[in-house]
Amino acid sequence: MSVPVLQPVGRTFLGSLESIGRLALFTLKSLLHCLTPPFYPRLIVKQMIEIGFYSLPVVGMTAVFTGMVLVLQTYVAVSRLNAEATIPYVVVISLTRELGPVLAGLMLAGRVGAAMAAEIGTMRVTEQIDALRTLSTNPFKYLIAPRLIAAVLMLPVLVGIADVIGVFGGYLVSVYKLDFSPHIYLKNTVDFVETIDIVSGLVKAAAFGFVVALMGTYNGFQSRGGAQGVGKATTDAVVSASILILAANFVITGIFFSR
Amino acid sequence: MTDLKIKVRGLKKAFGPKQVLNGVDLDVPRDKSLVVIGGSGTGKSVLIKCILGLIEPDAGSIEIEGQEVVGMKTAEREDIMRKFGMLFQGSALFDSLPVWENVAFGLIAGRGMDRRSAKEVALRKLAAVGLGPEVGELVPAELSGGMQKRVALARAIAVEPEIIFFDEPTTGLDPIMAQVINELIVKCVRSLGATALSITHDMHSLRAIADHAAMIYEGRIIWSGDAKAVDNSGNAFVEQFVQGRAEGPIRMPVRPL
Repeated sequence: MSVPVLQPVGRTFLGSLESIGRLALFTLKSLLHCLTPPFYPRLIVKQMIEIGFYSLPVVGMTAVFTGMVLVLQTYVAVSRLNAEATIPYVVVISLTRELGPVLAGLMLAGRVGAAMAAEIGTMRVTEQIDALRTLSTNPFKYLIAPRLIAAVLMLPVLVGIADVIGVFGGYLVSVYKLDFSPHIYLKNTVDFVETIDIVSGLVKAAAFGFVVALMGTYNGFQSRGGAQGVGKATTDAVVSASILILAANFVITGIFFSR
Repeated sequence: MTDLKIKVRGLKKAFGPKQVLNGVDLDVPRDKSLVVIGGSGTGKSVLIKCILGLIEPDAGSIEIEGQEVVGMKTAEREDIMRKFGMLFQGSALFDSLPVWENVAFGLIAGRGMDRRSAKEVALRKLAAVGLGPEVGELVPAELSGGMQKRVALARAIAVEPEIIFFDEPTTGLDPIMAQVINELIVKCVRSLGATALSITHDMHSLRAIADHAAMIYEGRIIWSGDAKAVDNSGNAFVEQFVQGRAEGPIRMPVRPL
């Protein structure tokens, strides 16, 4: 009687291994095509605009409100200890190390990863990817590589901008609501922040950009079965990218800051 | 030089437990138009995709001009692909690109032609299928089904392929537009001196474009011969299909209401 119980467990386990293997092969193939010619610079620039420029509003809004909330929350905690001067440090280190890259990554998983999965998934189910191959064009070179390259390059730029906007949000609340000195707030921000804080955040951003583009293109590329398949691919792209971003964040933080 | 452009032997393909191709043998003569007929789900599209290299067969042999392509390395396969043009059933136009760029795609991305020259070729090919230069600036979503088919045909012939594949070229079109597409196929194939392999279940299309015909049933070629002989094949399966009869050796799994 144990066989009917074990069969689905075994099937699920083998299915998971197959999925991991498929994703690993897709990743290797994608990386190979990112590094070998021919390249499509027009498509890379187009994707950089799509990922970078058009994501600025959502990433900027996220950063400014995060910076503002950080100040309000931190003020409640540190004012009991008369340590208000540490607020700029808490804001800038939280944003550059963690909140900037993670929130920008999650926002892009929703905005860009979903769009990639939907577009490539639709191309898959309408035979446009097959059409590419019959026109002597490798889909990995034409569809996958430009998106991966653009995402890896643009997410650090977005995070850099988000860091500045987030600090500015904190500055606004500190100065205009909590009556901090503008000069001291900015001086403390600049004095406290270290290169490693910024570099670790930008490295995370590049890794998260890779994760977002990889999961978006992978799920789109694997989609089957019409509109329902494309919908599932889109959902899977966002969910898997979000989880992988949080996991990668833990790993990269460990690499940079564990003692 | 062999007289066969494409030679298929013992081709098998299964998806899970379903055996779609079960030992297909097929010869496509050089510079001729062969049409494979068969009902829905008999493996026509899988057959054409195996020959194109879009699906890897489980077993069997496919020779293109005497060269075995099953198991070929990707780079070599891409070279072989340059000989091909393909008209997809749903047209498969790239909806993010304007019409002229769809037609010129194989020239720009596949062959490295500069955009200006490629656009000139694309507009000439659009004219050859009866579409004016103004259509070139539209996007595929702005076109009717018949116009999309014509654009797809222009795209298939733009790189002047040696072998052109047509997957259900008239499906979903009204009879007049279907005949227009059939005549364009004949014109384009003849002007290029190309070999054509089509799959369809439209008998009007077969009579209009085929030199030779074959019928696929349950994953095998059960009859092949001259296209003119299709009405007098002496094969009960072919006769039932050609006459469109519900009664005969081909049984549909339909239960009474």
